[in-house]
Amino acid sequence: MSPLNLEQGASSHSAYDLRSHMSDVIETHTLAVLVANEAGVLARVIGLFSGRGYNIESLTVAEVDHEGHLSRITIVTSGTPQVIQQIKAQLDRMVPVHEVHDLTVEGPAVSRELALFKVQGKGDARVEALRIAEIFRANVVDSTLQSFVFEITGQPEKIDAFADLMRPLGLIEVARTGVAAISRGK
Amino acid sequence: MTRQMTGAQMVVEALREQGVDTVFGYPGGAVLPIYDEIFQQNHIRHILVRHEQGAVHAAEGYARATGKPGVVLVTSGPGATNAVTGLTDALMDSIPIVVLTGQVPTFMIGSDAFQEADTVGITRPCTKMNWLVKETDALADTLHQAFHICTSGRPGPVLVDIPKDVQFATGAYVGKPQAKVSHYQPRVKGDPEIITALVEAMEKAERPVFYTGGGVINSGPRASQLLRELVGATGFPITSTLMGLGSYPASGDNWLGMLGMHGLYEANLAMHGCDLMINIGARFDDRITGRIADFSPNSLKAHVDIDPSSINKVIHADFPIIGDVGHVLEDMLRIWKARGRKTNSAALKKWWSNIEEWRAVKCLSYKSDTTTIKPQYALERLEALTKGHDRYICTEVGQHQMWAAQYLGFEDPNRWMTSGGLGTMGYGTPASIGVQVAHPDALVINVAGEASWLMNMQEMGTAMQYRLPVKQFIMNNERLGMVRQWQELLHGERYSHSWSESLPDFVKLADAFGCKGILCKDPADLDDAIMEMLNYDGPVIFDCLVTKHENCFPMIPSGKAHNEMLLGEADTRNAIGAGGGVLV
Repeated sequence: MSPLNLEQGASSHSAYDLRSHMSDVIETHTLAVLVANEAGVLARVIGLFSGRGYNIESLTVAEVDHEGHLSRITIVTSGTPQVIQQIKAQLDRMVPVHEVHDLTVEGPAVSRELALFKVQGKGDARVEALRIAEIFRANVVDSTLQSFVFEITGQPEKIDAFADLMRPLGLIEVARTGVAAISRGK
Repeated sequence: MTRQMTGAQMVVEALREQGVDTVFGYPGGAVLPIYDEIFQQNHIRHILVRHEQGAVHAAEGYARATGKPGVVLVTSGPGATNAVTGLTDALMDSIPIVVLTGQVPTFMIGSDAFQEADTVGITRPCTKMNWLVKETDALADTLHQAFHICTSGRPGPVLVDIPKDVQFATGAYVGKPQAKVSHYQPRVKGDPEIITALVEAMEKAERPVFYTGGGVINSGPRASQLLRELVGATGFPITSTLMGLGSYPASGDNWLGMLGMHGLYEANLAMHGCDLMINIGARFDDRITGRIADFSPNSLKAHVDIDPSSINKVIHADFPIIGDVGHVLEDMLRIWKARGRKTNSAALKKWWSNIEEWRAVKCLSYKSDTTTIKPQYALERLEALTKGHDRYICTEVGQHQMWAAQYLGFEDPNRWMTSGGLGTMGYGTPASIGVQVAHPDALVINVAGEASWLMNMQEMGTAMQYRLPVKQFIMNNERLGMVRQWQELLHGERYSHSWSESLPDFVKLADAFGCKGILCKDPADLDDAIMEMLNYDGPVIFDCLVTKHENCFPMIPSGKAHNEMLLGEADTRNAIGAGGGVLV
């Protein structure tokens, strides 16, 4: 008997169907990863992403619990739903990882990024830069007769928009922190 | 009350407390204080290998044959880098080993000191976890953590890098019971609701198959016991990956043989045609699935794995069960019994009659030869003449490994040591040494190819030094057989660098090591030669000259489905498309 004679009509659960159900849609997710604050943890997490070919769009890390020796890594990553699922499982099984939260699916979350922009200019351009900074609620944290340094916080899109407007006005240097994110509510 | 001692003393004390009886290692400048302590005690036996790679594979062999973690002690720099292949091998096959490396003193780290290497940096991707211990006070605790982590959850290799000044300095020793409780506590119990749903599916299944893997063996002997009970009670057919051989006995009624790229016809077709696949402790490796899109197209799939990242990684699981195989099998059996021990017996009978038809193909038959020893024949005779022995088999990597998996029968777990995931040539000789150290009176055979065997043959010195009567059964075709087979099938028979030129005379080599050498080239002499090997009380290098151009069948070419198996030479013409050629 040939196995090919087996009746077709795969169930909707089977791996055969999985192929067609597999989404090619690239999603962007923000993950909050609580890790033991010990040497090499960041390298381990980053190594996972590079070693398995996952994307990192942004990554921030800092100690958040000094007593408990815990750091929080916020990673913005992108991939198909299957890849995102794998990334979370791979992170979660790492020995120094305590918790993994997908802020994108766990409910509403706030994400913020801080950026510093150095803008060089004179005359009208300088005035215009200051005006736009006011609209964006950016602060001037350093000023000379030829330059400003603006400090801005917000969602990455807002910072992108600010950068677009500043570019023709003499933007010469940008420093961005990457995204920090936290869930809304209790 | 804490005890004060030096870091080097802590290493020996922590190993003793962890129940370690054997360490495989090689000394060097950065571990001298630890070697000095080893010299002054009698709890731990140190086996001096001839190369650090050998130490790690020996520890892997020891771990797989005992179920206990294997321990390795090597020096900094080259000692550590030589351990990398073994670490990666252990990571791929989920083998618990603890590797201790010396490091240059803390105040010299980063100065490119003599024999300095960034060991934790280099080994981070090839360990489950690693640590650089910078303070003697933290050393004992780290060592206890290392043992906990390498044996909990999905086992794997861990490494502790210990700078020389940390070994010399005095600190407070933390005993095993006082060690910090790790937050790393993987879940072992499967979700009872999903297990119940799986049992329901098992009751109705018309064409079920158990697909088991190394997870059953890693879970411990109890898991194999429960698996046998479950298979016996349900009457379902069972196949296993290369890693899982022995968890269900090869002589068992429901055994289909190994599945996968060089698996048996009946096993692969059962996987292809089943309606319920119950994966227990296997990971849908590419050697198993073949072309994903056509992998077992009409089945519901259950996947039991202690590692959540294995589930849905390659194949979607309809019944994802995260837990330890032993615990899950126990629950499955209990629930199945409580629900009245039901199976769909009429459909099962029909399923078995299909399987019998596939079995009748006799996919392992080969053309016999009276002038040259066929490798399959050599293994059939080895199997026949060693049956009933307290036997452990190691292998190297290649055709001989697949033939060994096909033609040797494994009745119990922990009896089969082979490099599955990484495919490390040179694994078998040191592994056989580790196994023999653990089981001094057992028959330990390394089934090898001549090319693989040469990669770590220096370890025969270790076998001689410790009187380890390992039998090196080399099936010598003077070829890199598997490479040659792929070149024949995929690369227009252009045999680029796949022959073993300038081979040593293995009998003289045995002489040089001081062990016994046996040469056999006539099938008529084979039985006597094997008996001579078995009866010799000491290490043997057996040079078995076999057919030079023999291909390993059945074979699912890369990129093909389970039902596109090649059964023999006649099937191979244009069998592999360009798409398959790019795969490994």
